[in-house]
Amino acid sequence: MRLILRRIVGQCGFEVLEAGDGRAALDLLGGLDTVPQLALVDWNMPNMDGLEFVAAAREDARLRDMTLVMVTTESEQSQIVRALAAGAHEYVIKPFTAEAMIDKLALLGLVPTGANT
Amino acid sequence: MSLSASDFAFVAGLVRRESAIVLAPGKEYLVEARLLPVARQAGAGSVADYLGTLQRRPDPAAHRSVVDALTTNETSWFRDREPFSALTDVVVPHLVGTRAAARSVRVWSAACSSGQEPYSLAITLQQALPAGWRYQIHATDISTEMIKRASAGEFSQVEVNRGLPVQLLVNHFTRSGTGWKVAPALRENVTFQQLNLTAPLPALASFDVIFLRNVLIYFDVETKRSVLRNICKLLRPDGWLFLGAAETTIGVDEGFERVAVGRTSAYRPRATVPAGTLGKG
Repeated sequence: MRLILRRIVGQCGFEVLEAGDGRAALDLLGGLDTVPQLALVDWNMPNMDGLEFVAAAREDARLRDMTLVMVTTESEQSQIVRALAAGAHEYVIKPFTAEAMIDKLALLGLVPTGANT
Repeated sequence: MSLSASDFAFVAGLVRRESAIVLAPGKEYLVEARLLPVARQAGAGSVADYLGTLQRRPDPAAHRSVVDALTTNETSWFRDREPFSALTDVVVPHLVGTRAAARSVRVWSAACSSGQEPYSLAITLQQALPAGWRYQIHATDISTEMIKRASAGEFSQVEVNRGLPVQLLVNHFTRSGTGWKVAPALRENVTFQQLNLTAPLPALASFDVIFLRNVLIYFDVETKRSVLRNICKLLRPDGWLFLGAAETTIGVDEGFERVAVGRTSAYRPRATVPAGTLGKG
């Protein structure tokens, strides 16, 4: 999945960093000089899951401008609402197509509208 | 006119080799509809002519156009964005002024396909209209299959990922099996009807707004003209017509004038009757 996402956002011109879980992602972010524009976050991960990561990222003023997108098989309405309440900006439910991911990035203003057509 | 079995097999084989997407028999309608603009652009008289030439003289660029037409044109929510923003920012505020007596807005989605457009329109109006206003979206398509699908209001996970902000998904849809179903509060404002735009149109109450997007590209200029003439009879004299980004009435039907609406364009009948006299039209 990370490979697929890397390829899709890579095509849109993003440089991509990866972390295996929420804890590792926070550690990685802590060591960066520049905060990424976008985090694509799975829900189900060991150590710190995606929801906890989103909540933690929202607490951190340094990460305020980072757009948070959940990319997950969790598709219950109540789960989506929880993720939004925790601070996720968008939510992509697996399975998705590359076009769907690019559409979402366009919605968020991270790639030009119509980048897809 | 429908596709011959050998033409269909040729296209299905090509698409499968190039994209791994399988076009099962029964998708002839889809192939025909998607390839018509491609065939016209290539100067062919029909899809059959176009495919005939392509089978006699293979052309990698044309092969790619065929594959693209059949694989990347998936309908998305709020397609092209701007027409929907224009409704919210310009058209609805205007109608709230001119339709104050009726407090009601009627919109026609004239080629609704699998339903993303009419439901996107319903969401837009639901959000943009003041409390106490009603709206009706009338959605039509030439395909009874599409009308059946759109009317059911059920969408797969893949479909709801395309261009629908997740906040709107959780507000206006409920989970249904492995997909999502349009919520009753939205669904009850949308009516569906099978309708061929190139045949004489049935009697319909007139509309404040008509979405006729990415339809005219399928027609020759004579057909475009007759479709626009028919449509115009159902558009209120102070209404708005929205076409696809690559379409225009200019040079086809001088009965419309192009106006800027937000960051896009719409078409309005010429000789607009002064606003305010049509509130109950």
